[in-house]
Amino acid sequence: MSIIEVSHLTKYYGKARGIVDVSFGVDEGEIFGFIGPNGAGKSTTIRLLLSLIYPTSGNATIFGKDCIQYGPEIRKDIGYLPSEVFYYEGMKVIDLLKYSASFYPGEHTARLHELAEYMELDLTRRIDDLSYGNKKKVGLVQGLLHAPKLVFLDEPTAGLDPLMQRKFFNLIRRENEERGMTVFFSSHILGEVQRLCSRVGIIREGSIVEISDIRALQQNNYKKIRITAEGLSTDGFTDLPGATNIQTENGTLHFFFKGDINIVMQKIAGIQVSDVTIEEPTLEEIFMHYYE
Amino acid sequence: MSKNIYLHELRIRIRSVIIWSLGILALHLLYLSFYGIFADQAALVNEMMENFPPEFRAAFGMDGVDLSQVLGYYSFILTFAQICLAIQAGNYGFGLVSVEESEMTADFLLSKPVSRARILTSKTLAAITSLTITNAVVWIGAFTFINLFRSDYEYDPGTLSLMLASIIFFQLFFFSVGAAVSLLVKRVRNVTPYGLGLGFGMYVLAAFGDMLGESKLEWITPFKHFDAGYIVQHQGYDMRLFGLSVSITVIALAISYWRYLRRDIPSAV
Repeated sequence: MSIIEVSHLTKYYGKARGIVDVSFGVDEGEIFGFIGPNGAGKSTTIRLLLSLIYPTSGNATIFGKDCIQYGPEIRKDIGYLPSEVFYYEGMKVIDLLKYSASFYPGEHTARLHELAEYMELDLTRRIDDLSYGNKKKVGLVQGLLHAPKLVFLDEPTAGLDPLMQRKFFNLIRRENEERGMTVFFSSHILGEVQRLCSRVGIIREGSIVEISDIRALQQNNYKKIRITAEGLSTDGFTDLPGATNIQTENGTLHFFFKGDINIVMQKIAGIQVSDVTIEEPTLEEIFMHYYE
Repeated sequence: MSKNIYLHELRIRIRSVIIWSLGILALHLLYLSFYGIFADQAALVNEMMENFPPEFRAAFGMDGVDLSQVLGYYSFILTFAQICLAIQAGNYGFGLVSVEESEMTADFLLSKPVSRARILTSKTLAAITSLTITNAVVWIGAFTFINLFRSDYEYDPGTLSLMLASIIFFQLFFFSVGAAVSLLVKRVRNVTPYGLGLGFGMYVLAAFGDMLGESKLEWITPFKHFDAGYIVQHQGYDMRLFGLSVSITVIALAISYWRYLRRDIPSAV
């Protein structure tokens, strides 16, 4: 079943472009990655879905209900972590979390404490005194404490140290597996999207350029391969299918490769190498692919 | 209305309410404590006032006011208190939704399962409650200090009540106009200059109107809608101006709702 259905959604801020004719769907229990550079329209899309802003044209449904008309009702089952963390002046972490919980029917205290403990969050501190990363944690706990069926994460890991990022990813994965929580994960970092998501939408300059399975995206995509070996020349690689942009530099050969990686591995196996790196393309490079 | 939003709003505004209330209370105490001296020297005081140019008297709302009378004297104090009350109410109006937006808490609040109408209603009721608390303090202060310092001079408590009752309408005007303006402009980043501007601006308009004898200005400014001197002289409100003031308040509130329900909440970046 489709949890989110976006249909020809367009948003202009006056004359400035927000998003143009965006359509996609997110299935129940899915972790959907939404990637694109800054200013591509990721936050605009999320804010439209939460009816923080209203579309110029097009519409969207969540849980099969119109986002605007049934906004308050559907938001009962939605959690949201904004990209910029908020604070009410002078409020303690626990007070903010209790205030947040008070909007949702039911009792959430136990879960609140459990999540805070897991994220190593000090509940007695004042929010204005917290570091950026710690404010982010407050946002995460706030977004998850009412056990939402759907959560919007807008660049959630910015400011978190790697250890916390991992804990956070584990938490999201657990919520997804145990409760079937659907996740809409927006990011400009391809790596973290790849770690977590099953499907991704790529947005660029306000338009969706690709929606695909994360595996398909990776297979369709270039790897950066760098081989250091003595006496290496480009000759042996020019006939390799899928290799492009082959160059040598100070005894290091590098090229982009697209296709079955085993072919390259076999090729490398026949050479006495001193170093090999195979890298994921950066997001920019993936976008370069879509420019072609 | 949502009880949790209402209580939250009250909580974050309570310090401001206390400070404004104490300030206005102190103003009452200070000026009313001088009343005895004024009243005892009534002839002298009124003679001194006569020596001021009429425009000057008018500008301070003292034309036709007998400072030796308890309520005449109080009407002069109330005009100053009104400036504070106007700024307070204006601040609450301008800040009603804009503070939330400039501190990035709007995304937090509006992604909760409540409708915007309920949010605005809860916020408005909380703000009105805050103003009512200030009002109660002014009522208590005015009656207490007047009775404390009036010695044997008499006054009509009914007229005083009328004067004090005008405050809430006066404040609601500034509150609702502030809220409407904050939702008509793109973004209010800092509330104070707006609140000060509206409060003082209206006061200056009233003062100019009196000075120039220009009666059209009285249509615009609540300082004339609820002119303390007028209430003392007529033992009642100017009902035309009273009606006008309430109408503007209602219209401004309607504009606020209309704009807020359709508003694109500005994002942090």
